[in-house]
Amino acid sequence: MLELVPRREPSRAMQIATPLIALGLTIIAGFVMFTALGKDPVRALGLIFVAPLGSWRGISELTVKATPLILIASGLAIGFRAGVWNIGAEGQFIAGALAGGAVALAVHPSEGAWLLPLMCVAGMLGGMAWGAIPALLRTRFNANEILVSLMLVYVADALLKLMVHGPLRDPQSFGFPESKLFQATAILPRLWQGGRAHIGFLVAIAVAVIAYVLLRRHSFGFAVRVLGEAPRAARFAGFSETRMVWASFLISGGLAGLAGLFEAAGPVGQLVPALPAGYGFSAIIVAFLGRLHPLGIIAAGLLMALTYIGGETAQTVMSLPSATTSVFQGLLLFFLLATDVLVGYRVAWRR
Amino acid sequence: MTAAGANRTTGTPLLDARGLSRAFPGVKAVDDVSLALQPGEIHALLGENGAGKSTFVKMLYGVLRPDTGTMHVNGSPYAPADPKAARARGVAMVFQHFSLFEGLTVGENIALGLSNATADRALIERIVTVSKTYGLGLDPGRRVGTLSAGERQRIEIARCLLQEPRLLIMDEPTSVLTPQEANQLFETLRRLAAQGRSILYISHKLDEIRALCSAATILRGGKQVATCDPRQETAKSLAEMMIGTTLVPPQRPIVSGRDVRLSVDVVAIPATAAFGVSLSDVRFDVRAGEIVGIAGVAGNGQSELMEALIGERLAPEATSIVLNGAAVGRLGPIERRRHGAAFLPEERLGHGAVPTMSLTETMALASTERGFLDWATFAARARDVIARFDVRTTGADKLARSLSGGNLQKFIVGREIATAPTVFIANQPTWGVDAGAAAMIHKEITTLAAAGTAIVLISQDLDELFALAHRIAVIAGGRLSAPRPVEDVTAESIGLEMAGHKAADLKTAGLGGGRDHA
Repeated sequence: MLELVPRREPSRAMQIATPLIALGLTIIAGFVMFTALGKDPVRALGLIFVAPLGSWRGISELTVKATPLILIASGLAIGFRAGVWNIGAEGQFIAGALAGGAVALAVHPSEGAWLLPLMCVAGMLGGMAWGAIPALLRTRFNANEILVSLMLVYVADALLKLMVHGPLRDPQSFGFPESKLFQATAILPRLWQGGRAHIGFLVAIAVAVIAYVLLRRHSFGFAVRVLGEAPRAARFAGFSETRMVWASFLISGGLAGLAGLFEAAGPVGQLVPALPAGYGFSAIIVAFLGRLHPLGIIAAGLLMALTYIGGETAQTVMSLPSATTSVFQGLLLFFLLATDVLVGYRVAWRR
Repeated sequence: MTAAGANRTTGTPLLDARGLSRAFPGVKAVDDVSLALQPGEIHALLGENGAGKSTFVKMLYGVLRPDTGTMHVNGSPYAPADPKAARARGVAMVFQHFSLFEGLTVGENIALGLSNATADRALIERIVTVSKTYGLGLDPGRRVGTLSAGERQRIEIARCLLQEPRLLIMDEPTSVLTPQEANQLFETLRRLAAQGRSILYISHKLDEIRALCSAATILRGGKQVATCDPRQETAKSLAEMMIGTTLVPPQRPIVSGRDVRLSVDVVAIPATAAFGVSLSDVRFDVRAGEIVGIAGVAGNGQSELMEALIGERLAPEATSIVLNGAAVGRLGPIERRRHGAAFLPEERLGHGAVPTMSLTETMALASTERGFLDWATFAARARDVIARFDVRTTGADKLARSLSGGNLQKFIVGREIATAPTVFIANQPTWGVDAGAAAMIHKEITTLAAAGTAIVLISQDLDELFALAHRIAVIAGGRLSAPRPVEDVTAESIGLEMAGHKAADLKTAGLGGGRDHA
């Protein structure tokens, strides 16, 4: 019988190396997969992992995709480390986009430098409010936060559709379910001319760095780690689980909400039903790929964005199935978790 | 009654293990240990924690394989691949920690432990027969959740006996028993020996080994240091063979009439878990410099009391717990620490420390600091504790789980004492630690009391309580008796209180309850 025996001192070098090993294994598996599909594996992998980095446009798109992933994953990592499982960042993302976008639309067409900060605050509050629901149900009634947060994704999605079909629809949209285009000062400033990269990316990097400092140096971060590793020891040290559930959901919800607002006020520029593109779910992979470490999450977010853009290119250029990107992301998470287990445990034969 | 030996012959030994060795990475856990057991012999395996006792018996029971050495059972070669093979050759083991399902009945639990058996009529009858033959007093229909630790242990023994073992290995069987229950166990073991069954008895309680066993093998650091007749030795000489140094008993500090530092007045705290214990009528005061001991059999509310004292579980009223004059019953652990308290929980890994965190971070668990933490300071404090309390480790960056039980306990004790508490509350401070570490922890506790700290010492080890405490109270079924001066109590009177309301039941069932005094 196979058995997993915990290692006394997991190797630190291996802990850092696992994401790279997982990436390597994913590439090998991708190689096999493309060969089985009868496609040239070298070309496909080249299109996915190398081609997007060859142009400013590609890099610009990379930051556009990486921004929500890094923002959301940084927040999620805090909760995941504390053992609070917010799986519904996608819903908080939508709630944030709706709340922030609604501010722009409510004051339309007046505008000014005050508008964007106001939208950001509204976006964060929207995401926090959506995250507060599972936090409340968990702390009050011990409801499973995984299920509640996940189910609220679909509620948020329906709410967004309802709003863009109804109260927030542009009267001149000829019946299309979409809001007015946001005012000029409601749009995030671009990082450079000719690309869609916006200052949200810088905010995302700053958030990840702040999260890193909090986790590493602040007693809040210490509480997060103790709660996640040993809940009884956390009670002993006086760290409250209830407070942690709230903090986790408010932080991750707020950041997901901000990411949603950035998406609406950045590359999209209005509210549309197709706004949620699965960032909230992919960010879960990003959080783990980055080892729940905010600096690792920056790298993981960029890598995940790369597979998005490269996968899309490969799909159109080589007519690959549209599931290619998802399969790739799934493989990556699978290999990461598998190698992760092997760092903490060794496999032993019994009998 | 003489201990064992009635049926002892000088013929083929039942078990003959020669030159067993077993190494683990970095340590030779058992190094060339030989042991021969005659039929009907009760043989003690004695040693500190980490001396290699567990590793040795795991080899006998087929859990581990020896690197070198040979074993024979009744003269024929014996090399069990797993515990099942060991049981097939008549070797059975009763573990220190029971693996019983509390929601199931005694019969169902026994059935689960036997391969290919259900709790049918035939099995129930066999349980009743075995129980009667050896005086186990088991009712197969009772739910395990309602039984005391002693009764639970007898389930494990019955489970073993149903397999008709010739050799019964018992791992520290009395650690969860009252003195009366322990006497009852000895009676059962003597009956088994009288039938020609052999018993390998693992313990570090020297008095009971001297009362029960006719031979003892003493291990130290994996090596066999002596084989002797424990009846010819004193407890002190056995202990010194075990530890390899001479022992100095701890000095009880003198307490003068000083201020009350801790005052507990809990009317009731209901249980939260299904088989948890509700606390009721827990009332006591502790003065500066005083050590109040709380005796009791495991699972009688010690954990719940500890949680209430730490502040993990809040008392019904603020005034239920008064620390240095401050009503802290509704406050959490941090506020209580700020009022001068320090705590030593029973579980080291997972409660007093996080297994996967470094000693530096372990240090911060007892900190009341909030905001940005200066890890360099915590690392320096951890190094201080390591040096001052002789913690064997290679550095403050080592993970808590990489330390041995005794060393981690010394570190945690050191961490708490380093906060200079005026009230110190400890649960089982020397549970599962080696004798050297235990002696050191005892010394630290008495030193702390001598310096004026009020101390609550929850322990199942009566020797520990009698050696350290000024007053002793007993917790049974979540109810605490009034503390009495240690001069006014005896092990027997405490033992009866530990059995609580069940003392009467024990007597009527003929299960000890004072019969084995003396």
